[in-house]
Amino acid sequence: MEHAIKRYWPLFVLPTVLAFIVGFLLPFGMGLYLSFCRFTTVSDATFTGFENYIRAFSDPGSNFLHSMGYTALFALVSTVIINLVGLTLAVCLVRGIRGSNLFRTVFFMPNLIGGIVLGWLWQVILNGALMRYGKTLVTNEWYGFAGLLILMLWQQAGYMMIIYISGLNAIPEELTEAASIDGASGWQTFLRVKLPMLMPSITICTFLTLTGGFKLFDQNLALTNGAPSSRSELLALNIFNTFYGRSGWEGAGQAKAVVFALIVTGIALLQLRLTRTKEVQQ
Amino acid sequence: MKKILAVAAALALILGVIAIFAAREEKAPTPPATTNENSTPGSKPQGAGTVYYLNFKPEQARQWEELARIYTAETGVPVTVRTAASGTYEDTLRSEIEKPDAPTLFQVNGPVGLKTWKGFCLDLTDTAIYANLKSDDFALKEDGQVLAVAYVIETYGLIYNKELLHKAGYTAADITDFDSLKRIAEDIQARREELGVLGAFTSAGMDSSSDWRFKTHLANLPVYYEYKQDGIGMTEAIKGTYLDRYKAIWDLYINNATCPPSLIGAKTGDDASSEFILGEAVFYQNGTWAYDELISGGMRDEQLGMLPIYIGAEGEENQGLCTGSENYWCINKRASAENIEATKAFLEWVITSDTGRDMLANQMGFVTPFKTFDAGYTASNALLDDAARYIAEGKESVSWNFPTMPSDTWKDGVGAALLEYAQGTGSWENVRTVFVDGWAREYGAANP
Repeated sequence: MEHAIKRYWPLFVLPTVLAFIVGFLLPFGMGLYLSFCRFTTVSDATFTGFENYIRAFSDPGSNFLHSMGYTALFALVSTVIINLVGLTLAVCLVRGIRGSNLFRTVFFMPNLIGGIVLGWLWQVILNGALMRYGKTLVTNEWYGFAGLLILMLWQQAGYMMIIYISGLNAIPEELTEAASIDGASGWQTFLRVKLPMLMPSITICTFLTLTGGFKLFDQNLALTNGAPSSRSELLALNIFNTFYGRSGWEGAGQAKAVVFALIVTGIALLQLRLTRTKEVQQ
Repeated sequence: MKKILAVAAALALILGVIAIFAAREEKAPTPPATTNENSTPGSKPQGAGTVYYLNFKPEQARQWEELARIYTAETGVPVTVRTAASGTYEDTLRSEIEKPDAPTLFQVNGPVGLKTWKGFCLDLTDTAIYANLKSDDFALKEDGQVLAVAYVIETYGLIYNKELLHKAGYTAADITDFDSLKRIAEDIQARREELGVLGAFTSAGMDSSSDWRFKTHLANLPVYYEYKQDGIGMTEAIKGTYLDRYKAIWDLYINNATCPPSLIGAKTGDDASSEFILGEAVFYQNGTWAYDELISGGMRDEQLGMLPIYIGAEGEENQGLCTGSENYWCINKRASAENIEATKAFLEWVITSDTGRDMLANQMGFVTPFKTFDAGYTASNALLDDAARYIAEGKESVSWNFPTMPSDTWKDGVGAALLEYAQGTGSWENVRTVFVDGWAREYGAANP
């Protein structure tokens, strides 16, 4: 059987490769080409060189740089908070307290609801609470920021918790036992033994939350839609609005999308390198 | 043996994938949203085309599908009607028009929308829909070609609750200009507990379900008066002559409403309509299209009336309601010749046949600009009748100039500035900057 796999592997990867080409490589190449074009519909484009990139960065109405900073801040803060909460929940729930499974399910459930629905839901909840104080989510961009953070935490922490739980369960008991025989306190065991063993999980979780924070779209759209004055507009929404907001700016939106893809890829690679170096072999 | 099995399994997998793709190819395109395809096999005449209408108005989606079904039953020509979800027409059109079976009939919202799509617009000069237009004002022309024809005329203004206004001791006749509107609205606001209302105006919600009432429709008034004063119909740089009046009416709306100005950022279109339906407010800025919602919410015809939106511009005693169209039909000239002919024939049938006229006027409630809609085919309800009355009294209708606003980005900017002004986080100067400088910038951005 192993021999067969060695010999026929191209046959096995073919369906996936085909799907990857049709669903990813072709659209990506087309998008790259379109970012150098002026077009209304994607099959009818004329080449214009770097004009779109210049317009994407130079137009004061398009708010691109502000969105970039706002998004970076959001991705950073949400990554830290979501992972801290997710890990804390995981540590609490591997101790075998009564009803662990129920709690796991409850914390994981928000992840099953779609982003737009979550956005509306939290918009109603948060506005209802803020209105008592004469404020709304769009009073300024920081209310929107905090709202989005609460929403994402609620949605993502449970998912990260599941990954951390499996990571914690995979730590061999001999290691923790040896640590306790050596006289390590619970806290020391956690920091010096469990955390290093957990690095692969941390790599995955930070990767998911960091790129997720950068690519966030539906929650942003439903919660504040960028209001007030596009101040709470994350990059993905900014690109969407550039593409559809004005006629003749489809290319500039496309150029922004290419820049966006480069940024996210770069940051994800950097993050993977950083956390990978901290991983230990068992 | 195992080897053979593995190869067989892999091959089956590949064949499966290919089969799926092939099947897709045959079936394409199947519009996923609300679709009504009426291709009765066999009844289709050989060589005849098909019609695919991408409809803009979700309110009338079901009636259009019904109309398509009847037409197919009568003539055997397949008519597909698809309706874009509210607020997504441009996105939907962009993707649909790429497909091999692109829409043969689509809509633009006016001159600015036409600029995007004129490469797809057939010259409609020799079609029935243009020949039957009451006036050339309802067609969009470029270089001597008729590229788009309006098919529904709508009207907006200040919808008011007659019973509540009467209870407060006033009638519509008392409101003849901005000063009287302001006096009465402020009086109602002051006596709101005694009158049992929450405010004079419904909440001026700036959620995207409602903000178009102010960033687009209300903004039309200062634009209209400026165009009128300068004798123009479109401009690349607005001066903002009437922005003080825009501020006056906006202040009136937000300070005499059912909620404090700081909260309008969270108020939706549904909030405003339900406040009006429940009798919590007397005035509600909206248009004839809101009629069905108000009636189905439990209001009666005799409670409803519509007033002009007075902003305090000179000569406004003679101002009527805001009447115009942002629904123009275009025929896709890149469609095949048979499909173009089929589409022309379908449209002619829609505006000349009894069934078509009945559906548009009586079922959909459209006031149309076509000569063929004579007695028996005129839509009528409390709001439409008020609109007709103002015209009969010789009042001057306010034209719809928002199709000349330079881009959606401009409208969004004005909306955001209005919101920030209302909640106290921005100044009126900012509204002015966005309105005036933003116009020139957006015009330049869309017309490089």
